[in-house]
This record gives sequence, structure tokens and C-alpha cells, in this order.
Amino acid sequence: MNQEQALYLLAGAWGTVLLSALTFACSALLGLAIALMRVSGSRAVRSTAFGYINVIQGTPLLVIMGICFYGPSIFGAAETSPLFAAVLALTVHAAAFLGEIWRGCIESVPRNQWEAAECLGLNRIQRMFKVILPQAFKIAVPPTVGFMVQIVKNTSFASLVIGFAELSYNAKILNNSTFKPFLYFGAAAVLYFLICYPLSWFSLRLERKLTIARS
Amino acid sequence: MTEVVRLSNVHKRFGDNHVLKGIDLSIRKGEIVAIIGQSGSGKSTALRCMDHLEIIDEGEITVCGHTFGKGISSADLKKLRQDVGIVFQSYNLFPHLTAEQNITLAPRSVRKLPAAQARKIAADVLAQVGLSDKAGCYPEQLSGGQQQRVAIARSLAMDPQLMLFDEVTSALDPQLTGEVLRVIEKLAAGGMTMVLVTHEMAFAMKVAHRVIFMHEGRIHEQGGAEILRNPQTAELRQFVSNGL
Repeated sequence: MNQEQALYLLAGAWGTVLLSALTFACSALLGLAIALMRVSGSRAVRSTAFGYINVIQGTPLLVIMGICFYGPSIFGAAETSPLFAAVLALTVHAAAFLGEIWRGCIESVPRNQWEAAECLGLNRIQRMFKVILPQAFKIAVPPTVGFMVQIVKNTSFASLVIGFAELSYNAKILNNSTFKPFLYFGAAAVLYFLICYPLSWFSLRLERKLTIARS
Repeated sequence: MTEVVRLSNVHKRFGDNHVLKGIDLSIRKGEIVAIIGQSGSGKSTALRCMDHLEIIDEGEITVCGHTFGKGISSADLKKLRQDVGIVFQSYNLFPHLTAEQNITLAPRSVRKLPAAQARKIAADVLAQVGLSDKAGCYPEQLSGGQQQRVAIARSLAMDPQLMLFDEVTSALDPQLTGEVLRVIEKLAAGGMTMVLVTHEMAFAMKVAHRVIFMHEGRIHEQGGAEILRNPQTAELRQFVSNGL
């Protein structure tokens, strides 16, 4: 592998990091909204979120990606940028999963915590944000990080449909011109590991910190 | 003689299970009432109805001047919750907050007090329950008895007119039970109106002005502490003989 090829691979890794980071941020916001909608007091709101989760979880990411990239032009909009379409598709996809993961975390906070907060006169929003979510957060760290690692790997779908230059895509291009699949896909695997491992490490540290904080 | 609690013909069902079959009860200011009875007799349900934690099917309840039946306006419910403190068997402290933060949460969020004033209140109520040195501790660093005393302090911080205790010592060993009961005794001496659902017969006899024996969803017998020594009904006689 010459220097130019190595840089090309690293540029792909940067594309993966960028796509992942934007997706984390956007899907966290949308996912939290979905999770809160799932535990809402209103049946209509709950059903809306439930419908969203079911439709998205039942749709292949590849298809969502295609819709986000080609969809806008069907309706006469200007051409969608690959980065925008990829972040949109990954966000729509990830929010459905994060919403459901976080709903589970919210509901696993014991019922009597709600009751205690209610008896102190806290309103529904205060109960959620001051009592329930801080406790749900701790429960949510491991599954959330596990899913973030999935997102990092799912960003490779962006190259398949949209041609966004991320790590897998650039590895494939290099392989196509050199016919050394083991070298380039092996190098890509190492780079994926280097992106994902810090996430898992951070998750462990965060869990430990949340526990040590009170002992 | 001001009336703090009035229950009129209160019925509560859980599905087919008719738990409260018409409860009539009046409690005046400063009175300490102990509710005793077997598991399933409806005593905890009756207590929880007073704070609208259980919604009754029939009848009417007035607590601290707020009257409600099946429904209650949200404004009334908010005031009710501020006027009534309730302490549970399982403490229900918030594990992510220190003892002090557990106590200041409601004064700050509900009564919108500034931080300094809320902390002053926390210091006062922690002193009342004898835990001034534990303000910075998280619940899991405290013993069961200490957690329960923090839970009592948390309720007191809202300056309630009525305190409800739902089997607050049932999860504690005898020594820890003693330290919690001493706190309740101190509140009693201070003139707080209290309703205690309890299995501590000796304690009920000692602090309660009135003992209510519930049996199968009804008030079966009530009177001063002497009814425990000299029960009038066969059911209470049997209950007391099992308990002592």
C-alpha cells in the first residue's frame, strides 16, 4: 500500500466518522422524542410513535437510504447531497431503534419512583426529567453504546446506494484497481475497530463513573 | 376541632375484588390514627385513597379541605399533594440524588424556592430526623432505617398538614424499626396529624389516639388503644392474639 492509497483509506475512515457522529447527534434527539412519545399519557401520541417504530424497523436500511436519496428529486426538489441523504436515512433508522431501547430503559425504572415523585407534587414533566430520566440514563448506557457501534458499521450502506465516500467504499475502490482484497479490506477492518473500540471503552468508563459517584 | 380527613361511603374495587366496602371515617387536626388489620383487609388501600394514589369508585373524600370522588381537578390535586406527606414501606428515595437533594427537589421544583432556602429547610428536617451528618450521602450508602428517616424528612420539607405512613417499618429489623418509630413519636409530640398503617401493635397502642381495625374491606372495630387489650369483636380478638 503506497502513501496515496493509505491516505485514500484514511479519507474514507474520516467519512465514516463524520457520518457516524452526525447520525449519533440527530438520532439521539429524534430517538429521545420517540421514547418520550412511547410513554406519553395520550394514546394517539403513543400509537404514532409505535407506528413509526414498526414501519422503520420493518424496512431495510438500504431501502430507507434509497428513498432519502432519490425521494426528494421525485417531488421536484433540487438534488440531495449524499451526506445529507445518508445522515437523514441513518437518523430515521437509528431513532426507531434508540426510541425503543430507551422506552425500555424508562419503563425499567421502578413504578414506585414515579409514585414518590407524584406524591411530592412534581408534575409529569418534572417527574420525567428530574427523577426518571436520570435513572434511565444509567440503565441505557450499555445498550446505547452497543447500538452506536452498529450505527458505525451501518454507515457502510451509504456507499452502496448513495456513493458516499466512506471507509468500505474507499476500500472497495482500492481493491477494484489493485486486486488485493485481503490488504484493503483487512486495513478497513482495523480502522473500523479503531473507531468502535473507543466507544466501548468510553461506555465502560461512564458506567464505572456513574457507579463510583455514589459509593 | 378542625376536620382534616373525611371519608364518606368510600368504595374501591380492583377488578372483581371489592377491596373497600363503604368506609366512613373522620380524623380531626392533631389526631393520630393507627389502622391495623390483616393483609388484604384494605388498610393500605384506604390510606392511599387519601392521597388520591388510588382512585375510588364510589363515595367522597375530603382531605385538608380538598374534596374529591372519582375525579379531581389538577389544581386541587397539586395542592392536595403539597398538603399531604406520605411515606412508603419501600422508602422510594431517588437513588441518583443525595439525601439533601432528595429533600430539596420538591421545595425547589414545586414551591419554586431559591436553592439557599431549600437547603436551609433540608438542614432543618434532617436535624429533626437526626441525620444532619448524612446530607451528602446517596441512598445506597445509608441503612434502611436511615433511608426511611430521610424519606420522612423529604415529606416534612413540604410542610404537610397531614402525614400518611404506609407500613413504614415492615422492611426493617427491630433495631432500625426503633429509630424510625422514635422519629414518628417526635412528630406526634409536635402535634402532627398522622395516619399510620402498621403492624407494630405496641407502637400503635403507645402513640395512637385511636385504633381502627379493618377486616374484609370494612372498619370492623375502632376506639382508643384499649380496644387492643380488650377487643369487642371476635375478629379483632383473634387478630390481636395472633399478633402478640
